Amino acid sequence: MNTLVTKNGESFLVSEIPFVPYQEFTGTVLALLHDYNNHVVHYISLKSTSGILPIVICIANDATAEIHVVGFEYDTTTLRSIESITLHNAALHIFERDLWERHGIAYQNHPWLKPVRFPKNSSHGQTIDDYAFFRIEGGEIHEVGVGPIHAGVIEPGHFRFQCVGEEVVHLEIKLGYQHRGVEGEFVKARNDVQRSVIAESIAGDTSIGNAWAHAMCMEGLRGITPDHSTQADRTIALELERIAIHMGDLSALNTDVAYQLGSAVFGTLRTPLINYFQHWCGNRFGKGLIRPGYNRFELTTALQNRLSEMLDDINKQYTAMAEKMFNSPSVVNRFEGVGAVPENVARKIGVVGMPARTAGILRDVRISHPFGVYGKAPYPAILLHTGDVLARAKLRRLEIDASMDYMQGLLADPRSAYEARPTVKKMPPRSMVISMVEAWRGELAHIVLTDEVGEIEMVRVKDPSMHNWFALAQALRNTPISDFPINNKSFDLSYCGHDL
Amino acid sequence: MITVIVVCVFGLVFLGIINRAKSVFGGRIGPRAVQSIWDVVRLFKKGSVISTTTSSIFQLAPSISFVCVIVATLLIPFGPYPAVMHFDYDVVLFAYVLALSRFVMIIAALDTGSPFQGMGANREGLYGMLVEPAFFVLFGSLSLFTGHTSFTDMFRELHLGGGVSYMMAGLAAYIVIQTAMIESSRLPVDDPKTHLELTMIHEVMILDHSGFDLGLITVTSGLKFAMYGVMLTNFFLPHNVWLPIALAIGIVVQFAFAITAGGLESFRARFKMTRNPQFIITLTSIAMLVYFSVLILMHKIGM
Repeated sequence: MNTLVTKNGESFLVSEIPFVPYQEFTGTVLALLHDYNNHVVHYISLKSTSGILPIVICIANDATAEIHVVGFEYDTTTLRSIESITLHNAALHIFERDLWERHGIAYQNHPWLKPVRFPKNSSHGQTIDDYAFFRIEGGEIHEVGVGPIHAGVIEPGHFRFQCVGEEVVHLEIKLGYQHRGVEGEFVKARNDVQRSVIAESIAGDTSIGNAWAHAMCMEGLRGITPDHSTQADRTIALELERIAIHMGDLSALNTDVAYQLGSAVFGTLRTPLINYFQHWCGNRFGKGLIRPGYNRFELTTALQNRLSEMLDDINKQYTAMAEKMFNSPSVVNRFEGVGAVPENVARKIGVVGMPARTAGILRDVRISHPFGVYGKAPYPAILLHTGDVLARAKLRRLEIDASMDYMQGLLADPRSAYEARPTVKKMPPRSMVISMVEAWRGELAHIVLTDEVGEIEMVRVKDPSMHNWFALAQALRNTPISDFPINNKSFDLSYCGHDL
Repeated sequence: MITVIVVCVFGLVFLGIINRAKSVFGGRIGPRAVQSIWDVVRLFKKGSVISTTTSSIFQLAPSISFVCVIVATLLIPFGPYPAVMHFDYDVVLFAYVLALSRFVMIIAALDTGSPFQGMGANREGLYGMLVEPAFFVLFGSLSLFTGHTSFTDMFRELHLGGGVSYMMAGLAAYIVIQTAMIESSRLPVDDPKTHLELTMIHEVMILDHSGFDLGLITVTSGLKFAMYGVMLTNFFLPHNVWLPIALAIGIVVQFAFAITAGGLESFRARFKMTRNPQFIITLTSIAMLVYFSVLILMHKIGM
């Protein structure tokens, strides 16, 4: 099979990517995705030159830690129609919609060719006001629209339900209300610091994840390998972010089912976790910690002891509360069997992160494409099978347990001080790098490309929510509409990560 | 008259006591119990925003609902002390003024034309309908037991003595507490604190009400609770009790009821919406147990 094989965070030349005719491209992609170990990381267009638009797909193999890259060239002057691959593999639907929206690529037989983000210069000609919602007609059908202002997190998203009585027949999720132009800002930025700040601001709940994914790209391009202590500290930061958000989510799940004890206790425990970043780097969300090539704040012995003590203390209270919650018949009954996304559906739509791991698919970048110190100190595989709200809650519990142990393990390791910050090397021209980070939601991928003179030409970001929003819509099929809030909370997908 | 006074006093603070109990059980300090009074005062001072799609029904409903609960309260005695209004079969009037109160709130919710409120109204109608048989089986049994059909006579004649009758009173108390929780849209059927419209029942029906109307609705739900509290007291008041002692028992029962409600809401999650009807129907089967105890007590069926 004619593909370029690379690894997580390794840079390569754009000219090394094989560009093949579309027919062959489709064949290659479908052959690759036929193997359950492979999944789509990103499917993007590069910069077009004189009407020829290079389009590449990145497919990661979870068994071999390889990423396959292959592309085709599309003539934007003729806009010749091409056969959609979505019909054969639904995981690609969102990426094809994105390409259609950006460049007007005429996909044939795409079952759901609708705008993704409504960017300012879109080619589809649709505005957010005349979005063609799917409608079911019938005397018993009624339509409920929720949003676009989300009552809880105040982020915009519109949910339209087609219901028969209390039962949801179809849920359509429309996002794209925030036109932030994140990817464009990366290119406008003048230096590493500005770009890091942008990366940290993509999604407030994933600032460590995004900062690291971006730093990994820049390090890959410059050929820098940060020392072990730097990597260990980043790993600790990522896991701390994970348990803080998971803790908050457990609290919110309990709030949604009116279990006030769990809601109060988990909510209280989240605060010291997230506040620890304030002590470490001066920002509660860990902004300003990770920069390409180095960390600005070393986790000193005093900070390590403080973290270790805090984790011990939180662990006791957390374990007691988690025992109570998961042994409470009323809570378990409320969660059990609600909004199940079974393995076959999850595979079809190509979910990543938590919804994958609760449906029996071990899709975890920490294990399959290790970065940081995950290669040397493996993170345990956590796999559940029921795919319902209870499984998503349980997975959070198991991950909090595992991450606490994992962090304590890293803290107990003897470590040396940070090495001197590496000198900033120039980036190679016409190069590309793909970095993947297992943020708390799942696989986060950044792609950075350089131009002829080694300046940043393009940055592409993929939040795990891109894959997973569709899983939420699937989870609601034939489910009572009153179960939507706990489903939504158990997925806890990103609006801003989607509306880049 | 005593009932009316007790209900008016406790109706104002009942929700406050529940909230206070919930915060203490949840490890928080929480607002003072009298906060519920200030909340109502604040709402009364505010102006109302009224949707242009609504008709006069929307504005009338909270007042009608309030009056219905007051009328229902007038029918409840305080142990041996008679109610303001009492006549044969006033039990039926009681059930249906409360049903009227629910009915006007349902049509007011439908009046707004909002899909959320339509859903809420649908749920409220269903649960109200399901809870009705339990009420009639319970008071039908008591009426069979005492030979009277008005609350005043019924509770005057209700003597407890012996194991089966205590069981009967316990079951009746359980039914009254659960009925009050369902009628007032509390856990485990509904959650008054939720901000999620799709899971709401009662709360979603009143989303469009504001200012004075909302204040009135809040007062109404407090009064309803306190009214059920008095009904609960009636099961435990001895036959010829001295008024101060009766009052003391009444106050203790009200507090115990509010704290129980707070406790019930603290340590459990709410049901799946689809399980609610099953849960409410169990109340009818428990009411049937009361009916059978009455039959046993009256030697209509052998032990």
